[in-house]
Amino acid sequence: MPAPASATYPAAGRRRRWTTFILPTYTWAMILYLMAPIGVMILFGFNNTKGKLNVRWQGFTLTWYRDLFRIPDLTGALKNSLTIALLSTLIATVLGTMIGLALGRSKFRGRGLTDLVLFANIAAPELVLGSALLGLLITVQVPRGYGTILIAHVMFNIAFVAVTVRARMAGFDFTLEEAAQDLGANPWTTFRKVTLPLIFPGILAGALLAFVLSIDDYIITSFVAGQTLTFPLWVYGATRIGVPPQVNVMGTLIFLGGVVLAVLNAVFARRRTL
Amino acid sequence: MSKRPEQKPQRPPIIDPALLRGLTQPRLSRRAVLMGAGTAGAAALLAACGVQGSSKPATSQGQDAVAKFWAGKSKAGVLDFANWPLYIDVQKVGGKTVHPSIEAFTKQTGIKVNYKEVIQDNDSFLGRITPSLKAGQDTGWDLMVITNGGPLEKLIRLGYLTPLDSSKLPNFNQYASPRFKDPSYDPGNKYSVAWQSGFTGIAYNPKLTKRPVTSFQDLLDPAFKGRIAMFGDILDTPNLTMVGLGINPETSTVEDWKKAADVLKRQRPLLRKYIDNAGEADVLSSGEVWVSMAYSGDIFQLNSSGAPGIKFVIPKEGAMLWTDNMCIPLHAKHPVDAITYMDYVYVPKVAATLAENIDYITPVPGDKQMIQQDAAKASGEDKASLEGLLSSPLVFPTEADLSKGHRYRILTPQEQTTWNRIFQPILQS
Amino acid sequence: MRKRLAPYLLILPGGLWLAVFFVVPMVILITLTLQSGNYEEGFKLTWRWANFSDALTLYHTQLVRSLLFALIVTALALVLAYPMAYWIAFYGGARKSSYLFLLLLPFFVSFVIRTAAWKFILTDEGILLGPLKHAHLLPQNFHLLATPYAVIGGLTYNFLPFMVLPLYVALERIDHDLVEAANDLYANRAQSFRRVILPLSVPGVFAGILLTFVPTAADFVNASILGGTNTTMIGSIIQTEYLTFNDYPIASALSFIVMAALLIGVFAYARALGTEEVLEVSGA
Repeated sequence: MPAPASATYPAAGRRRRWTTFILPTYTWAMILYLMAPIGVMILFGFNNTKGKLNVRWQGFTLTWYRDLFRIPDLTGALKNSLTIALLSTLIATVLGTMIGLALGRSKFRGRGLTDLVLFANIAAPELVLGSALLGLLITVQVPRGYGTILIAHVMFNIAFVAVTVRARMAGFDFTLEEAAQDLGANPWTTFRKVTLPLIFPGILAGALLAFVLSIDDYIITSFVAGQTLTFPLWVYGATRIGVPPQVNVMGTLIFLGGVVLAVLNAVFARRRTL
Repeated sequence: MSKRPEQKPQRPPIIDPALLRGLTQPRLSRRAVLMGAGTAGAAALLAACGVQGSSKPATSQGQDAVAKFWAGKSKAGVLDFANWPLYIDVQKVGGKTVHPSIEAFTKQTGIKVNYKEVIQDNDSFLGRITPSLKAGQDTGWDLMVITNGGPLEKLIRLGYLTPLDSSKLPNFNQYASPRFKDPSYDPGNKYSVAWQSGFTGIAYNPKLTKRPVTSFQDLLDPAFKGRIAMFGDILDTPNLTMVGLGINPETSTVEDWKKAADVLKRQRPLLRKYIDNAGEADVLSSGEVWVSMAYSGDIFQLNSSGAPGIKFVIPKEGAMLWTDNMCIPLHAKHPVDAITYMDYVYVPKVAATLAENIDYITPVPGDKQMIQQDAAKASGEDKASLEGLLSSPLVFPTEADLSKGHRYRILTPQEQTTWNRIFQPILQS
Repeated sequence: MRKRLAPYLLILPGGLWLAVFFVVPMVILITLTLQSGNYEEGFKLTWRWANFSDALTLYHTQLVRSLLFALIVTALALVLAYPMAYWIAFYGGARKSSYLFLLLLPFFVSFVIRTAAWKFILTDEGILLGPLKHAHLLPQNFHLLATPYAVIGGLTYNFLPFMVLPLYVALERIDHDLVEAANDLYANRAQSFRRVILPLSVPGVFAGILLTFVPTAADFVNASILGGTNTTMIGSIIQTEYLTFNDYPIASALSFIVMAALLIGVFAYARALGTEEVLEVSGA
């Protein structure tokens, strides 16, 4: 039964104003606000700046794209970040997927504890994770450097991958596995040909998340890096003296790379989900 | 008209409910608790050993040991040199910054110098290198410039510096002023030779303050509210504050430190910010700050590089007098190159160039003649600035000037902790 | 037999890594809080509980400030994110994912760079304040950098997605039939929002608040790039105490206090909200 017209008509007008004008405009304004620093970053990667400070627009140039690797420390830091991200993603994805699988599939005695540890790892602020790990390194007198950064990155990434994979397993149809085994497949084949392809989007999403978290990490890295520099550490140091345009260019390229990866992931995921 | 949201594949819940359940239902099985206790016990046992200290017994390295160390080494052709900002001659050549004295060094000796202005303050730099030194590793630096009055003594005490072979320092032995030879903080120059000496005082912009600034109290003047800057440095700021209160830092007690801390706390609302150790140049020249703690040479450099209005003063209560010293950390990769450079800067001509550009108290009095010669040859602005240099008490101080300088308080490790805990919360707020 | 062992074997490698590099450090953190000594002479476990009171006396200002900033930022983020999440979830239509994508796009850039970009935008004579000062809309010595406002602004910006995403997910799941039903029962717009949509979105609000408050309280990068005096956060203090002053007991005590404060806050909030109901309602 339709509602009395007098009650809904003014409400309908108000609703349209909110939903057709105010909220959408607000959302677009917020999107612009969120993009603002990115726009600035990209723009000033083209700035023909002469001084050390990249603050005033002085003309368009592609110099910085050409001279991208002119600052050896910066290039070294970027290389460190990329290699650490790749390695830690690899290791964390393998370890985390295994945990996610175990949690998503069976009930076992350590389950509650594992849940708790994973949750604590994700919920704990980076500050605490970093400082605690530093405490371990100090006590055991392990020198800080590339290796310890790698260890730290794997440490905080395992939980993210595990949770992502486990979530993906939430809707998993275990009868498929049973069917495969009924048809004579051993557990490894079952995993390889049935389980893995189905949870692959989850694994990929977890890996992507791990990569992004690793390449962008500042706080935990700053505690355990010693004298080694990663890209965020270098940029942070540079904010005190003046960030060179090469940083803008690198940021732009990483940004574009991330966008491409995300788009690919979305396309891939949609195809995969039949 | 209802619109069903399109069916999407299974999506992860916002927070995995099982995780959340794990959190809010604290029921661990007995086995889990035991496992947890086991891990905790093992870790606690490990940690009960505590953290090892780093002091080694003061090794009185015999001359033989020192000679043996240097005997096997030779020039590597590379030098990693860590220094403070604004502490060497600079020139802008085609948009790039170059250091003529370093280029001359490279030309003469063939040693390439990686010159990095990475030292912002002693404590944070030491904080970065001491872990490597403690672990017996190379810090990545062959040569560094460290201040006396605490940091340098700490490094010597911990045995983290490479002892120097005085036979490799002929220019130093010949030309250095007696004041810098065999100083109390490094007898016999076993580990270091002076780089430059200087005053920590006050700098101000007379156009903005509209009156001369002469005393430490001017840093506490409410008329300058929001326009004052202090170093966020746990060495200079507390010491200078004590001098400003009429206390001699070298004999100060914990009570005196607390008095200084109170003054600093009361000053905080008037501050624009705590700055880094070369930051006073920036904030004064931009007008962001009107009065600031400052290093004598920084202001000189500032004057000759485009901000002539800024003035440096030694407060009437006194200033801090310190010496920055070149030293070689342990396990440096290229020690011979480092000591070659150390000796190189004591050649009077080179010392003159540095003095002309850094404008601090030079350790080579002989370069005064050189500078006089340069002044005679120069003309116009250059001549005026060189003559100003020659007559400046900040570069060639008289005994009277030096008497207004105070030395830092030397702290034992326990005192260091107390000192840090008194001042750090204020400076880091 | 193998089947029963399987989960344990799967968990072993990752679990071991976490045990050694996460759980053990946490325990060591706790033992460090009770040690005393100094860098040169070493630290010993002396059960010095006074480390906690020392840490609080020395740095309570920064501690409180961090928690306060985090509260403000979380509230701000909630207010800013909710209308966006609501509109996209209910009216985004086929382009929902695109809007989300656009929203999250900026966060592919390193967060240090983003914050540095904000420092650039907010400089005293920069592209934002410069024109406003020229037009005399702002006093000449107005400055945003080195004030708490810049820090809060930066924090809100950087942690907005942590609030938007959970909100969006919760809102998106709300069965539109429920809203239909409310309308059929003569509820007007505001009422159906207040009594149907809002309560159903609470799990998202909870998740968003959790994911925003905790990291914000522990962040110090924003404060150190955008802030000045009177904006230092506890994270900066902890870092300096560890790395520069090597005052491990105080540093660990502070870390522990931060962790405890955050945990207590989260637990209390979860209890108050009744997590079981939250989970039920969210359809988990």
